[in-house]
Amino acid sequence: MSRETRAAFSRATVAQAIGLGVSAAVVWWLARNTQMNLEQRGLSLGFDFLRQPANFDIGDTSGLPFNPADSFGRAILVGLANTARVSVIGCALSIVIGFILGLLRLSSNPAWRGIVRAGVELMRNTPLLLLLLFLAALLHNMPAPRNAFEPLPGVFLSDRGLVLPLFSRPRLVGFNFVGGVSLSPELAALVGALVMHHSAQVSEIVRGAILGVSRAQGDAALALGFTRLQAMRFVIVPQALRAMMPLLATTCVSLTKNSSLAVAIGFPDVVSILNTTANQTGHSIETMLIMIVVYLSLSLLTAAMINRYNTRLLAVGG
Amino acid sequence: MYTPAIKSRFLVAALLGMTNLSSRAKPSLSSRAKPSLSSRAKPSLSSRAKRGICFYALLVTTACSNGAPGGPATRQGSTLASIRARGAVKCGITQGAGFATPDDSGHWRGFDVDFCRALAVALFNDPNKVQFVPFTQQQRFSGLQSGEVDLLANGTSITSSRALERNFHFGPVYLYDGQGFLTPKSSKVERAAQLNGATVCVQQGTTTELNLTDFARRNSISFKPVVMEDLRAAVGALAGGRCDAISQDGAGLATTRTMLRNPNDYVVLPDRISKEPIAPVVRFGDDQWLEIVNWVFRAPVQAEELGIDAKNIAGFSGTSDPTIRRFLGFEPGISNGFGLDAKWPYNVISTIGNYGEIFERNLGPSTPLGMDRGLNKLWTNGGLMYSPPFR
Repeated sequence: MSRETRAAFSRATVAQAIGLGVSAAVVWWLARNTQMNLEQRGLSLGFDFLRQPANFDIGDTSGLPFNPADSFGRAILVGLANTARVSVIGCALSIVIGFILGLLRLSSNPAWRGIVRAGVELMRNTPLLLLLLFLAALLHNMPAPRNAFEPLPGVFLSDRGLVLPLFSRPRLVGFNFVGGVSLSPELAALVGALVMHHSAQVSEIVRGAILGVSRAQGDAALALGFTRLQAMRFVIVPQALRAMMPLLATTCVSLTKNSSLAVAIGFPDVVSILNTTANQTGHSIETMLIMIVVYLSLSLLTAAMINRYNTRLLAVGG
Repeated sequence: MYTPAIKSRFLVAALLGMTNLSSRAKPSLSSRAKPSLSSRAKPSLSSRAKRGICFYALLVTTACSNGAPGGPATRQGSTLASIRARGAVKCGITQGAGFATPDDSGHWRGFDVDFCRALAVALFNDPNKVQFVPFTQQQRFSGLQSGEVDLLANGTSITSSRALERNFHFGPVYLYDGQGFLTPKSSKVERAAQLNGATVCVQQGTTTELNLTDFARRNSISFKPVVMEDLRAAVGALAGGRCDAISQDGAGLATTRTMLRNPNDYVVLPDRISKEPIAPVVRFGDDQWLEIVNWVFRAPVQAEELGIDAKNIAGFSGTSDPTIRRFLGFEPGISNGFGLDAKWPYNVISTIGNYGEIFERNLGPSTPLGMDRGLNKLWTNGGLMYSPPFR
C-alpha cells in the first residue's frame, strides 16, 4: 500500500468514525429526551402489556384461532398473519398479472396494445385509496346472505364475502353462513385494489425491461428459426428478467407497506390491530416501535428473498 | 406513486425530531380540519398526513420537547397561565352533528362546543375566545398529552384505566350515555341479544370494541366485528348491508342515524350494553385547571336546578335569595377563586344558557338527533344530573 493510499484510507476511517459518533449522539439525545419526558408525565415504557388479555375480537383471522381472552401479543400476531397473507397473495398476483399485461402491451395486435395501455394508465394514475374505497363500496352492495348468489352448489357470493364448501358445507344460520371457508369482502377489496394498482406498475417494469434488451437479440433468434413466442420465451425474457428483478422487489415492498391502507375499509391488518392495542393500553410509543419493526422486517425479508433469486439468476446467465 | 402511510408518519416524526420543535410550536401542526358534516367521531380521509402527525404527536414531543419552557403545561397553574398568555382556550373536540359541527359561516356549534365556550366565557367573558381542535377518537389522547389542547370535550367516557394507567383527570360527567346498536328495521331485531352471529361495524379508537366483546361473552353469543377507522365507512357498510348493525354510544348512534340516506328505515335498539359517563379530560398534574373545568361544567346544571336560564337571568339581579346571590356572584368572594371574574357564573348562564337549554338546543327532541333527556334529567326530576353546591 503506497503512502497516498494509506493516507486516503485513514482519512476515510476518521470521517466514518465521526459520522458514526454524530449519529450515535443524536440517537442517544432523542432516547434520553424521550425517557425524561415520559418520566415527567408519569408514564413508563415496557412491553408487559403484550401478555394482557386483549378483550376484543377480530373478524378475520387468517385461520389462526383467536378469542377475546387471548393476549394482545396474539392479536398482533393474527394481524401480522393478515398483513402477510395480503402481501404474499397481492405480490404473487401482481407479478403474474403485470407480466401478462406487460407482454400484451408489446403485442403486435394494436387492439390488445390499446386496451391494455388504457387500463394500465387508468390504474397508475388513480390514487390507491380511492380505488380501495371504490372496491369496498362495490362489494358491500352485493346481495344479502339470504339472497346470496350460488353459482355452484355450496358456493355462496354475498355481501358477507365468498363462502366455499371446504372442510364442511356452509349453510345460512340467522345472520351469516356457518361452516365452509369464507373470504371477507374487505380482504377481496384490499387484495383487488393492491393488485390492480401494482400490476399496472409491474407491467411497465416488464415492458421497459424487454425493450431494454438489444433488438439484435430478437432478430438473431428469428433468423435462427425461432417463432416470435419462442424468441420471447428463450432469448429475450431471460435477459430482461435480470433488469426487472430489483424493480419487482421494490414493487413488492411498496405493496406490503401500502397494505396498511386496510384500516380505511375495516380489514384487521397489523396496523389496525396495533391502533386498537395502542388505544386500549395507552402504549402508543411501544406499538409504534412494533409497527416500525414489523414493516422494516417485512420489507427487508421481501427484498432479501427477491435479491437471492436475482443473485442466482446472475450466476446462471453469462 | 402513493406514499405509504407508515413511511410518511415515520418521516414526519424523524424530521420533527431533527428540527427540535418544541411543543409550543406544535399548534401550527395541528390542523384545523375542514368542516365536514359527519358523525361524532371522524376524520376526513383526505388528511392522512395530518392524522399521522397527530397520532404520533406524543412520540415527537416526548422525543423533542426537552422538558424546557414551552413543553406541555402539566405543572401546577401552568395551564391557566398559558391560556391567559394565548388569549384563548384550546379545546379538543370530535366532529359530529349535535356535538361539534361548523355551521354555514364556519362557526362551531354543538353540545361539546357550548361547554368549551362556557370555559371561554368564565375566563375571558367572550364565548369566541376558544380554539377548536378536531381530533379523531384515535388521536385524542396523544393530542391532549402532547399539550396540543388544554382539555378534551369530545365524548370521552370515564374509565379507570384512563385515569389510573394513562394519567388523565376527568371533570364532572356532563352526559350520561351507554353503548347501543343501530339496525335496519327490515332485520326485525328488537333486542340486542337477538343479534347472535351478526356482523357488527364499529369504529376504531374507542371502548366500543371492548364493550361489544364483553356483551357477547356475557350472553354467550358471538359477533363478527368489522372495525373501521372512519365512521362514514361504517355507515356505508350498514347502508350497503355489509353489516347487520353499528354499535357505538347512544348519542353517537343518534348522530349516525342522521347520516343515513333514509334514517327512518333504521332503529336504535333499546338495550344499553355499557355505562358511558361522558366527561371533560385534562392532563395530570395541574389541579388548578382541573378545578376550573370542574366548576365551569357544573354551573349550567346548578343554574337549571335554581330555575335560572339565559332569558330570565337578568330578572335575578335584585333577588334576595342568598343561594342565587352567591351563585351568580352578586356577593363577592365566593366564585372568584383562581382570579376568575366574580360574576363568571352569571356570564356563563347569560351567554351559553343552563344545562337544559344546552341539551334542548343541540340534542333534544326538536333537533335532528331527537334525544330524550333520560338519565340526563336533573336529580330532582329522576335523572342523574347533580351539581355540588356553589357556596
